[in-house]
Amino acid sequence: MDLEKLKERVLTLVPEAEFEENKQFLTFFIPAGKLHATAMRLKEDEDTAFDYLFCQSATDMGKYLMVVYHMESTKLGHAIVLKVKTEDRQNPAFDTVCDIWRTAEFHEREIFDLLGIRFNNHPDLRRLFLDENWVGYPLRKDYQDEVNIVEL
Amino acid sequence: MEERSIEMGIKNMKEKDFRDNETLESFKKTGQGILLTTINDVIDWGRSNSVWPLTFATSCCGIEMMAAGAPRHDFARFGIEVYRASPRQADLIVVAGTIVNKMAPVLKRLYDQMSEPKYVIAMGACAVSGGPFYYNCYHVVRGVDHVIPVDVYVPGCPPRPEALLYGVMQLQRKIKLATITDQNKIQKVK
Amino acid sequence: MKEVIHTPVPSVEEEEYHINMGPQHPSTHGVLRLVVTLQGEIVKKLKPHCGYIHRGMEKMCEKDTYPQIIHLTDRMDYLSAHINNHAVCLLVENALQIEVPERVKYIRTIMDELCRIQSHQLWWASFGMDLGGLTCFFYGLRDREKILDIWEESTGARFLQSYYTPGGLMWDIHPDFQKHTKEFLKYFRKKIKDYEKILSGNVIFRERSRNIGLMTKEEAISYGVTGPSGRGSGFSCDVRKHHPYALYDKVEFKEILYQEGDTLARYMVRMDEMYESMHIIDQLIDNIPEGDFSAKMKAVIKLPAGEYYQRVESARGDLGLYCISDGNKTPYRLKFRTPSFSNLSVLDHISRDLKIADLVAIGGSLDLVIPDIDR
Repeated sequence: MDLEKLKERVLTLVPEAEFEENKQFLTFFIPAGKLHATAMRLKEDEDTAFDYLFCQSATDMGKYLMVVYHMESTKLGHAIVLKVKTEDRQNPAFDTVCDIWRTAEFHEREIFDLLGIRFNNHPDLRRLFLDENWVGYPLRKDYQDEVNIVEL
Repeated sequence: MEERSIEMGIKNMKEKDFRDNETLESFKKTGQGILLTTINDVIDWGRSNSVWPLTFATSCCGIEMMAAGAPRHDFARFGIEVYRASPRQADLIVVAGTIVNKMAPVLKRLYDQMSEPKYVIAMGACAVSGGPFYYNCYHVVRGVDHVIPVDVYVPGCPPRPEALLYGVMQLQRKIKLATITDQNKIQKVK
Repeated sequence: MKEVIHTPVPSVEEEEYHINMGPQHPSTHGVLRLVVTLQGEIVKKLKPHCGYIHRGMEKMCEKDTYPQIIHLTDRMDYLSAHINNHAVCLLVENALQIEVPERVKYIRTIMDELCRIQSHQLWWASFGMDLGGLTCFFYGLRDREKILDIWEESTGARFLQSYYTPGGLMWDIHPDFQKHTKEFLKYFRKKIKDYEKILSGNVIFRERSRNIGLMTKEEAISYGVTGPSGRGSGFSCDVRKHHPYALYDKVEFKEILYQEGDTLARYMVRMDEMYESMHIIDQLIDNIPEGDFSAKMKAVIKLPAGEYYQRVESARGDLGLYCISDGNKTPYRLKFRTPSFSNLSVLDHISRDLKIADLVAIGGSLDLVIPDIDR
């Protein structure tokens, strides 16, 4: 499917999506409530068929926290990027996509561990790399740790 | 000059004296009697020439440790015949790789489970002092001697297998200077 | 003829118990802790606990400049160190739209393929050792030393060289590089037949690996299992074919796919990949053009503001680097999408209802490098 048609397809599915110009892949910001439904449609439709989620990451952009999904279709060869954001830093939460792509289970645990973003309906959301009783989320920009970090 | 260095003990020894076997022999005159000295010698010879390490490798230095056991730089010729998987059966733990906060209690437990006499070699810059992960890192223990006492430090990132072999040879010399009664006390001649 | 009397064995109440294949274990290839729920000798459930080598590289990258990040990526997946460095260099070069000289592309491709061969040699050595064949360890590491000699001559270090820089290479290769590489290829083509005799044709090995750890193609795609582990199930995911970089669109090589999805298929993919890598080096080694070993770069590298994603094919699978830059000399956020992280997530699923000895074979065939998981 070429890029123009793909863009139209996403905009019909989610009219509130914001398209970002001049990016390496076709990139959309979608509202957090529509994430799960959109992702499910993008995977199951025959002519989009995004079955391979190759990267799920999250960033603290200062004003808001953002989760980025890079996905690709193994049959048709095109790729797309979906982003969701939230300004709530105390209890950020999104819907999980691990019932759509099983690889998201570990990725979402890592995001919870390092950034503190919760995922609703995740089967086993607990810390992955750090100890269970670690306080704080290291990848946030306001993470202070005088004990462990030695600044250069 | 040789006598003065013997008086001061092993700490201030000149390097060429440390390499000289006769100087080492003269360290062993403790006045414990002929019988015990011979037994001491035999036991030290046995212990130093068959140090068996524990299989413990966390990251990249582990591969250089495996390469030191490979046919090119075979360290079975130095007495390290096999690796033991169980800490009860091992003499030596070569800490090869970075130790992080989550792994430190595990390392302490393994060290406690080993039986005396036991030795530790800190291999690689990460184990010696935190290495490339010293700055800006929230989860790394900066040097394994925060957790367990270390006998020999082998710097490098990663150290060549020949460097590890040199470290093992220094450990063998250190073992030869130990007494039968107290392993941690190096003999000092008055 | 004496009659054989069978006495019935009283059935024992079998309850589940948990054992810990702890962080220090000879066959988990690093510090991975698996809490295995067993019923007798059958694995019912498996929970991996990671983080025993989590060094916080993503946080460190926010304070390091791009040439410094190359030294960190070396230590992330240390067996494909060159390929990890290549990913960072390509990220910077594509973002700044710099064209590297042809000589650099040839040398980088040859070094990458040598890296892939040495990673598979070490994998073969430790896989054989896990299954009990200690000879494999000695043969694999003996032959790997020849590649390390070639590298030491040109780059100065045996292992973790950090030889690539954004824009080119640190310095030029040694004049004897081509001669020694050709000698190595001639030598290894004979030795790899020994590998096949020892392990691939061995009946014990075949019984321990056929139909063990089955993974279908849909599961591989859904779990994101790439690299030789995914190609053993028919998932065509070679980044060198789908999104070519360096000289991979100009050389001729096959993408190895097997359809069975068991441990034996994953093993055969890696053995065949060693042949393909040697074939790629053959096509390139005699034609290295003369030229500079580096393009002209500014002293301080600043990427323009924006997002960049770079994919390369490491020896374990699809390695991705996602960089968000705000115009400074250090990235705002750098995320590593590492192949072993996704490969680990499938271990629970494919080892259900198998014995614990099979778990060792499956873990070896997935070729996990633990610092790649934890970064």
